[in-house]
Amino acid sequence: MATRALATALPIGLRTRVLRVLGSPWRLARYAWVRSLQARVVMGTLVLCAVVTALVGVMLMRQVADGLVESKRNQAIAQAEAGFADAQQQLDASVVTDANSRSQVLDQLIKSLGSGGGSPRGYDIVAYGPLGPVGSGLGAPGVYSSGPVADSSVPADLRAQVESQPGTYWTYTTLSDAEGASQPAVVAGSRLRLASTGEAYSLYYLSSLADQEHTLSLVRRALLSAGLALMVLVAAVAWLVTRQVVTPVRLARRIAERLAAGRLEERMQVRGEDDLARLAQSFNQMAASLQRQIGQLEELSRVQRRFASDVSHELRTPLTTVRMAADVLHDGRGRFEPATARSAELLQVELDRFETLLTDLLEISRFDAGAAQLTAEDVDLASLARRVVAAYCGFAERAGVRVEVVAPGRSCLVEADVRRVERIVRNLVANAIDYSRSPLVQVTVASGPDAVALTVRDWGVGLHREESSLVFNRFWRADPARARTSGGTGLGLAIALEDAALHGGWLQAWGEPGRGAQFRLTLPRRVGGKLGRSPLPLVPAGGAPLEAGQRVQRRDVAAVDS
Amino acid sequence: MEADVEPCRAANGKVLVVDDDAALAEMLTIVLRQEGFEPVVCNSGDRALETLHEHRPDVVLLDLMLPGMDGLDVCKAIRAESGVPIVMLTAKNDTIDIVLGLESGADDYVVKPFKPKELVARIRARVRKPSDDLMEVITIGELTIDVAGHTVKRGEEPISLTPLEFDLLSCLARKPWQVFTRDVLLEQVWGYHHSADTRLVNVHVQRLRSKIEHDPENPEVVITVRGIGYKAGAR
Repeated sequence: MATRALATALPIGLRTRVLRVLGSPWRLARYAWVRSLQARVVMGTLVLCAVVTALVGVMLMRQVADGLVESKRNQAIAQAEAGFADAQQQLDASVVTDANSRSQVLDQLIKSLGSGGGSPRGYDIVAYGPLGPVGSGLGAPGVYSSGPVADSSVPADLRAQVESQPGTYWTYTTLSDAEGASQPAVVAGSRLRLASTGEAYSLYYLSSLADQEHTLSLVRRALLSAGLALMVLVAAVAWLVTRQVVTPVRLARRIAERLAAGRLEERMQVRGEDDLARLAQSFNQMAASLQRQIGQLEELSRVQRRFASDVSHELRTPLTTVRMAADVLHDGRGRFEPATARSAELLQVELDRFETLLTDLLEISRFDAGAAQLTAEDVDLASLARRVVAAYCGFAERAGVRVEVVAPGRSCLVEADVRRVERIVRNLVANAIDYSRSPLVQVTVASGPDAVALTVRDWGVGLHREESSLVFNRFWRADPARARTSGGTGLGLAIALEDAALHGGWLQAWGEPGRGAQFRLTLPRRVGGKLGRSPLPLVPAGGAPLEAGQRVQRRDVAAVDS
Repeated sequence: MEADVEPCRAANGKVLVVDDDAALAEMLTIVLRQEGFEPVVCNSGDRALETLHEHRPDVVLLDLMLPGMDGLDVCKAIRAESGVPIVMLTAKNDTIDIVLGLESGADDYVVKPFKPKELVARIRARVRKPSDDLMEVITIGELTIDVAGHTVKRGEEPISLTPLEFDLLSCLARKPWQVFTRDVLLEQVWGYHHSADTRLVNVHVQRLRSKIEHDPENPEVVITVRGIGYKAGAR
């Protein structure tokens, strides 16, 4: 209930959260205990304080009660003993000859004793014995009582003790009157003897302890309220004191959170020279050092990027001149003698390689510097695949490879950087043509609800299991001795992997020796979208060697015949 | 071939080369002269404008990294007073650099290192004269396009377009409602025969829209067909 009342006072957004977290008071307490140092300190102090207050209170109560009751008891016993002595004296002095005179004596005695109680009477008298007409006061024969005292007020074992031996005995009891109301009391009793007849009577003084009990309850109430007030006070003090410590700690936490969120200029306020001030000082030193180091790293990265860009410009301009000069030489090689003509040709070919390598190196360094940017637009992956395959038509023909595109009739739209995706596909297709020694290369495109995929499958020499992850390493080659025809730089797949990662996509490889290989590119439909499942399997269903004349089932094939 | 060079020169046109690298500028001169152009070299961005006024070239070949005035500023300055085709030479293939160059008014770009034939093809595409000599007038929406006169009017108010923007608009407007892919536009307007950079199309469509559309954010003349390309049509 309390939780609900608290929750309704909060804004709606917070309310649901608070209600969820704090379903019950128990959970509220648990939440506070777990989350708040202050609550923990206050709660701990309260519990300890409650225990100590309770112990002190109990001890105090006991001592006060003992003191109060003891004095009253002593007073009551002294009164009773005086009364007994007086009564015995009167009995001894009287002369009883017959029942009539006995009755007279007793009557007189009882009256004198009974009137001694004072007003209000401090005690009641109960007498047992052959009292005659006097004893009929309480109903039961042989019992006299000076007030409305129930018979049960004098405990039976005290009576037995008093009646068996001479002397004064006392005990605590409950004084009940005829209406059943009861109060604590002390009862003292003694045996009296009528010397002339030898008859024995037992006489009891019952002194009420109601006043004492009243005082005690007053004291108890005072102690209880003092204890409660003390606990509230202690809780408040604990709260205030811990607040002094916790507030700077919370401040530090908030500032640490802001630092973590990238606001590196945040600092704590340093006041005084105490422990907390020193904490703030160290915290600020840490923040400053972090800021400095991050600044240095950023500067380094900026320098690196700047360097890549400068190298790009500085290398490219002379390379352009060389390139153009080589082209002019190459065009005019017909008029050179054979050795010079061949040199011009070699210069041309190697310049191509140099250029590709430079481009790839710069691209990789751009990725490493985190400077690669994505320019996303809607791209139809199927038409992109057809375009790439068409561009490799001549190259495939020379290598004696058939390249097919399998794509659904509808377009496979994806939000992507067309330049990068095209580069990935170009790389995969060129690699398949170049390295697989497969007669057929198949490019498959498919789209799913939140992803599109493209696979490049060949039925060539295949890959070893461990190679399928190595292929993406820079400058890695399956077989260093194998001749290359397309002049790859060894960076192609590494760049393709980075390109795919930049889109939040996957680039994976599968292969088995002798059964071919498959590369799969999976891209989320929207940039930054989550990838759950690729629409195409990585391991092809019919992972079998291609047999002559075998045709894979397809919907729409744009074949590039060799 | 050499024998044909002299008479061809005037026909192929004058090219202003703005480049600070002396070796590259000389090499460009050699290649352009071989291909029958008449090159004029300017070594710094500051003097580009006066050289332009002096020689009235058919095409400007502009290096983006220049001492003195930055290539982009030169590009903007030229575009501010002339529609002369500008082909920029850039060492950076980063999207941001390319797009900045195109947005500054360049019609096309070549990334260093380039092959001479590639460059010559770019220049040829920019200086080629419109082949149609028919008196064609196309109306699309509120726009009236006079193909032979190279003018566009909205109602009576003339709109100033660069030759490239004019080519782009008339290419789309000749076949209204036909969807042109970016590749087709690249081939018909820029003269690329193999697929090239679609950023060229995107940036120039934006520039064109900013001149001819009432609200470039909600175009009515040049409409984007998502995932395919563009078409002309007035709603």
